Amino acid sequence: MKAAVVTFPGSNCDRDLAQAFAAAGADVVRVWHKETALPEGTDVVGVPGGFSYGDYLRCGAIAAQSPVGQAIRDFAGRGGYVLGICNGFQVLTEMGLLPGALMRNAGLQFLCKPVTLRVATTDSVFTQGYARGAEVMFPIAHHDGNYTIDAEGLARLQGEDRVAFRYADNPNGSMDDIAGVLSANRRVLGMMPHPERAVDPAQGGTDGSALFRALAGMMARA
Amino acid sequence: MKARVHVMLKDGVLDPQGEAVRHALGTLGFGGVEAVRQGKVIDLDLAATDRAAAEAEVRAMCEKLLANTVIEKYTIEIA
Repeated sequence: MKAAVVTFPGSNCDRDLAQAFAAAGADVVRVWHKETALPEGTDVVGVPGGFSYGDYLRCGAIAAQSPVGQAIRDFAGRGGYVLGICNGFQVLTEMGLLPGALMRNAGLQFLCKPVTLRVATTDSVFTQGYARGAEVMFPIAHHDGNYTIDAEGLARLQGEDRVAFRYADNPNGSMDDIAGVLSANRRVLGMMPHPERAVDPAQGGTDGSALFRALAGMMARA
Repeated sequence: MKARVHVMLKDGVLDPQGEAVRHALGTLGFGGVEAVRQGKVIDLDLAATDRAAAEAEVRAMCEKLLANTVIEKYTIEIA
């Protein structure tokens, strides 16, 4: 599997994400935001957490319009796999690759702590390594993780089984406890919690490994 | 030509920051504040000289970047 991990000015989880892909057996290529094309043979794009472009205007808004942003949009349009974590999730919603928006946390606080999630669907390459309903612990670290979508969009996500993860104890006011959602073709996942910060015992847990391993395993068979 | 864009959360979208401001105003003794909504003002200096063309261009800017129309609405003033 070849994983392309993007770096915007202000990204700060790009190395962790690259490490997590590498630990699962992927060849990792780091991609700077000014690139207009992804590396030849890219199987999956990782859009990392952080504060791209200083969160100016809105979180993820400027990154979504960056040169590499267009390449990611085209890649997803061709059926490519994209994983956006934290700020990466915000970028993917701003690109229109995922529905809804991430608003300021309901309690207005920046939240940085481990949280328990429930795997809401196993019908995606990202979540197939878990049991449906399984509880996993991933850290969160965000100020704007309050997932918001109109009633019609929420009904569509629920009806199409596109909620990937839900918070066991909603920390930020997200509608329907949503922590992560899938695109209609189930190949784009955006989530606020950080699976790449839960892949090594030294990080306090390894619940994130199954996500990266399942992804790498699927790519190896392809 | 100058343009001013107001970006506000859509009606019905909860504004946690506006709520916090309302609470703070209450703490200061301003008891009669029933609601606060917080938004952005963006001023643009445009090379365009045609009013209609400028407005159309700013509208496109709002749709593509300046507002997130999933949760926000915008108004444009041309001066």
